[in-house]
Amino acid sequence: MANQIPYVDYLVLGDDPHLVANECTGCGARFFDRRNACGGCSGTEFKKADVATQGTVKTFTIVSFAPPGVDVPFVSAIVDCDGTSVRTNIVNVEASPEHVKLGMPVKLTTFVAATDEKGTEAVSFGFEPAA
Amino acid sequence: MGSEDVYILGINMTKFGKHPDLDTVDLASEATLAALKDAGVTMKDMGIIAAGNLMGGAAPIAQIIQKQCGQTGIPAYNVSNACATGATALRVACMSVKAGESDFGLAVGVEKLAGAGLLGTGGGRKKGDEFERSGRFGAVGSVDGRIGTENMPGTFAQVGMEYAHRYGGANFELFAQISEKNHMHSTLNPLAAYTKAMTLEQIMGDIMIAYPNTRPMCSANCDGAAAAVVVSGSKLKTLSQEQQRRAIRIAASVLTSDPYEEACQVLPNVNTLTRNAAKQAYEQAGVGPEDLNLVELHDCFATAELVHYDNLMLCEEGGAVDFFKSGAPFRDGSKPVNVSGGLQSKGHPIAATGIANIWEVCHHLRGEAGPRQIEGAKVGLAHVIGLASACGIHILESNSA
Ligand SMILES: [Zn+2]
Repeated sequence: MANQIPYVDYLVLGDDPHLVANECTGCGARFFDRRNACGGCSGTEFKKADVATQGTVKTFTIVSFAPPGVDVPFVSAIVDCDGTSVRTNIVNVEASPEHVKLGMPVKLTTFVAATDEKGTEAVSFGFEPAA
Repeated sequence: MGSEDVYILGINMTKFGKHPDLDTVDLASEATLAALKDAGVTMKDMGIIAAGNLMGGAAPIAQIIQKQCGQTGIPAYNVSNACATGATALRVACMSVKAGESDFGLAVGVEKLAGAGLLGTGGGRKKGDEFERSGRFGAVGSVDGRIGTENMPGTFAQVGMEYAHRYGGANFELFAQISEKNHMHSTLNPLAAYTKAMTLEQIMGDIMIAYPNTRPMCSANCDGAAAAVVVSGSKLKTLSQEQQRRAIRIAASVLTSDPYEEACQVLPNVNTLTRNAAKQAYEQAGVGPEDLNLVELHDCFATAELVHYDNLMLCEEGGAVDFFKSGAPFRDGSKPVNVSGGLQSKGHPIAATGIANIWEVCHHLRGEAGPRQIEGAKVGLAHVIGLASACGIHILESNSA
């Protein structure tokens, strides 16, 4: 099996793929990117916090026109995962307003997004309709 | 608090649209010289210049404008605040006058964007290379389009859809109707980039950019500049009757940024900082939304206009859809919004927008707006927002009795 790495630092692969946030130990604010200090309370201590893998679509758009290098159409959304907002694509669904609904329950899934010259696979995540 | 009242003494916007023969410097100079002329003063009177240009590569724009229009050695501030750049330049000039450091200040914004494509990030990893992590997400490639969208139409589509989800009632057709209103308004504005009315069918049937925003529901990239001359209240008293009559009082000048909120870094929250700015502005001016005769708000996308009805408190919380359906924001309605045509039709030369909005309001308050005049307008509000974010709100009042 090819060597696999997560597409972004905050995706954890393995048997139970999930997102992990940098959680401020002072105020509980969660960030997916690297932080020097907390925007909420200016605290500098963070711990890793697992983010729920199920959520609901809080808002979405279907992007049909994008700069070169971005495949369209795709569904971009913000998913509310138990109080943590996650930016994601909605995948495994037709990119049309008939198939994507506000408030729709979704769950995290992973897929190979790119492969480099050494054959290493970068695995990214999306959310798909939850059955 | 400062002690000086601040007034707009002169203001100008160039024609928005395509200016193939004018570069960034030409456009900025045209607006600057015209604003000085409108004010009846010269560069020699100015105590400060603040200017912005985001995409033109004309830097430092404030000094470049001085070299074209008059180098007097005054402090020059080059400002950058995304789509709020023009409002930020004006705010800087206002602060200097309000603080008593200058009698007169000049603010300029300019952009050349005609023919520019979609604004946003994009592109990806060079094919074949070995993966390498970069950026603060530690990503091995571009995240735009793979993990949500970073482009403006998509971002603001989500802003509108979030409102739709929270309060209901908003859908593709309603957003398109907002755009139809603004395109209709622009038919009366000779300085707008687009001056043709569009039917609802045309708008909904046009190219989809990011659902529910089709092309005419997105702000129009174009060339343009705008400039304003501000003056202190005490200096204004020494000027001519005519200058005093045409001066527009800046009853409120406010700039806000995002307070921390959950999710505001995942999807920009354009609501809270706008609402905060509006509250501050109404308090500063001692007026309420009910006192406004017209509003120019930042309709960078049709989906954005809807949420700002609510953020500016033109309606009750959650009531933006009903507010629109009541006909209030139409030019013959009770609270005309974007009678200039808005960014969707007048155009959006980014750094110029935050002053051009104020020009539009001043034009009505001076009773000089011709066929599109909102009769008897005494008080108006201009709002802009730049992502990441900065929100500028100015409340303007007529100075003639
Ligand atoms: Zn914190």
